Amino acid sequence: MGAGHAHALYVHEHSPVHRLPPHVKIVSAVAFVVAVAVTPREALWAFGIDAIALLTVRGVARIPMRFVLARLAVILPFVAFAFVLPFVGEGEKTDVLGISVSEEGLWAMWNILAKATLGAATSILLAATTEVPRLLKGFERLRVPRLLTAIASFMLRYLEVITGELRRMRVAMAARGYSPRWIWQAKPIATSAGALFIRSYERGERIHAAMLARGFTGVMPDLYADTATRRQWLTATALPLLGATLAILGWVLR
Amino acid sequence: MHAPDGFLNAGTAVATGAVSLGAVGVALRQTRDVLQDRQIPLAGVAAAFIFAAQMVNFPVAAGTTGHLLGGALAAVLLGPAMGAVVVTVVVVIQALAFADGGLTALGYNILNMAVVTAIGGWAVFVLLRRVMPKTVNGLSLAAGLAAATSVVMSSMAFSIEWLFGATAPVSFAKVFGAMVTVHLLIGIGEGIITALAVRSVLSVRPDLVKGAEGMDLEPAGRKRSLRALTIGGLAVAFVIATVVAQFAVDDPDGLERVATDTGFAESGRDSTLSDTLFSDYATQGLGNEALSLAVAGATGTLITLAVGWGLFAIVRDRRRPARSPV
Amino acid sequence: MSTPVIAVDGLQFSYPDGTKALGGIDLHIHAGERVAVLGPNGAGKTTMALHLNGIHRSGTGSIAVSGLPLDDDTLGEIRRRIGLVFQDPDDQLFMPTVREDVAFGPANLGLRGDELEDRVATALEAVGMSALAGRAPHHLSGGERRRIAIATVLAMEPDLLVLDEPTSNLDPGSRRELIELLGTLDITQLVITHDMHFALEVCTRALVMNGGLVVADGPIQDILGDEALLRTNRLEPPYGYSGSA
Repeated sequence: MGAGHAHALYVHEHSPVHRLPPHVKIVSAVAFVVAVAVTPREALWAFGIDAIALLTVRGVARIPMRFVLARLAVILPFVAFAFVLPFVGEGEKTDVLGISVSEEGLWAMWNILAKATLGAATSILLAATTEVPRLLKGFERLRVPRLLTAIASFMLRYLEVITGELRRMRVAMAARGYSPRWIWQAKPIATSAGALFIRSYERGERIHAAMLARGFTGVMPDLYADTATRRQWLTATALPLLGATLAILGWVLR
Repeated sequence: MHAPDGFLNAGTAVATGAVSLGAVGVALRQTRDVLQDRQIPLAGVAAAFIFAAQMVNFPVAAGTTGHLLGGALAAVLLGPAMGAVVVTVVVVIQALAFADGGLTALGYNILNMAVVTAIGGWAVFVLLRRVMPKTVNGLSLAAGLAAATSVVMSSMAFSIEWLFGATAPVSFAKVFGAMVTVHLLIGIGEGIITALAVRSVLSVRPDLVKGAEGMDLEPAGRKRSLRALTIGGLAVAFVIATVVAQFAVDDPDGLERVATDTGFAESGRDSTLSDTLFSDYATQGLGNEALSLAVAGATGTLITLAVGWGLFAIVRDRRRPARSPV
Repeated sequence: MSTPVIAVDGLQFSYPDGTKALGGIDLHIHAGERVAVLGPNGAGKTTMALHLNGIHRSGTGSIAVSGLPLDDDTLGEIRRRIGLVFQDPDDQLFMPTVREDVAFGPANLGLRGDELEDRVATALEAVGMSALAGRAPHHLSGGERRRIAIATVLAMEPDLLVLDEPTSNLDPGSRRELIELLGTLDITQLVITHDMHFALEVCTRALVMNGGLVVADGPIQDILGDEALLRTNRLEPPYGYSGSA
């Protein structure tokens, strides 16, 4: 669940998508995902066009298909749940390949698959074309409280430091023969987590002292001026506009 | 449980989003007031710690492993406000930077994984703290039980959201049954790890544990065998799980029969309110519906009470830290 | 007599539990000096350093930087004048990129736009790290991080550079680069260090601290040549040093 987050999704390229200012990309991505989420599931064609649109973005951004597919694995548990739905779902039954399945279940399966995949793919493309610190700057532009983005920024900065300390602790424990298999053997893991918390907190205090030493008085200073041109906004709205149109058409033509 | 886009309907996404925004907003304001300029580095490294802690593999049984949710741990160590903020940041970054959890699902993901666990978990912790012995072990046990409860509450919250916003024809009863039984087991692991971690911090730097603030803790406490505790916990969980599973099973035996016999389950319900409010999928099965709604109502009320009380505690705690920063 | 860059008189400080960390420090450093602060662990060296720029405020006694006394109103300016470089570069490189870390200090002073960029560029050039401006700090080597940490402080154009164990954890090559760098910086320096060779090479004067007090203060050759003094304070002269310049 919480595992497998070791590497963020950024793929280094010099594409037009990469060059778009982050706040523009965020608005575009979120709007598109919302449009997809409200598209009626019966409008299969709409999802098809949505998918083609995303594939186009992927192509322009030069993100390898293999990469996107590998990262889509994050929705696998829910895909598994979706596949089970036709079999456990209640309601009217219909016949598929000789097996009696719930019709509603089939639709629900499709609904989840389509939306989860398109949503995750959009997130993946956003993260692949925008380094996280820049994403955070984008959020600041969008009026997200600077306090939150600063906390997130520090979290990302020190994540590797702290996981590094954790890894060294585990290595030290393993070197002394610790290989637990049952929960009641987990005490050293919990104890090392406690020690890690203390170390992290003390580091936080040292960082605070360093910030004060460089004149920090409580509000993060403004270090950037990141504006988007009209042309960039227009390009970025293409995707969510398409998504919204498809969603509306989907409802109208239902 | 980082649910993807489209898992629950739009109305639920928006409603849970509003609740999360409100709760986290309150928590954010309070951390800002109390910590002032120290909060950015402290909350930042705390968030990194929680993120890292969620990646820790701890053994469960026969080599299988589990992972920590960390919401209650964050609350006991940092307090409900900072705990909720920190876990929210973790959840949001996981969705944005790692595509773990849908962008439109953030409303209920934050609600379930940050608000219910940290703020609701804190409420449970404070309640238990009153009855536990004022020792390091007693406090740690309270933290562990609160953590286990928070995990179960989180799964219940998700089930209730399913009642309103299900997009698949699986009844509330089935979802509730499956989610809660699984999370009862997960909760045991979370509880044990949380209790031990809190205890290790209390032994060295009790001043860093918000849950021990203002308490004069005696170091001693009766030593219990961890194995015995685990087996005891499992037994309790098993009993509860059986009851819950009975509720989920769609046949006339067990709970169902009791409900019908006592007239609890009405037939032919046709309430316009429940039609518009609840998902048709989730309230399937006439016999089940009233009982489902009763269970949803009861658990929903408890969770709302816990989170509400926690929020109230946040707003009320306007104390400045004893050591004032420069 | 010119105004000392830093004038500390009667600095005393006790921890909340009562232990006396500093028992009365008198310290005067003039422009251009390079002073080493030697002493065993727990002597109070870092504690004293944290008082110089007001991070610890609860000590009694007076502190003045280039004539400006330290109090609530002057805190901002004092912190600009004292450039404190901490022991662990990771504690002070907290921004996502090198450029932002170096810009953090001057931005807090109110600089923006081109002025800010110029300040950043100058500081990075002074430490020879201009090429790394866009990089993330946690991907850099220990030596690089150490130098960038110095740049973050130089960007504020301080009067005094205070370094806490600058050569610790550096490989010989990085250590040599750091020593050369400090030699090129035209700024008064106060260096807390266990590295006796480094102290001898870079500094002209040395203080010995122990138990929260300054127990010796003089030309570095004299201090390092006094074996009895060093041994009492759990120190050693640099290997092969015989007391001559």
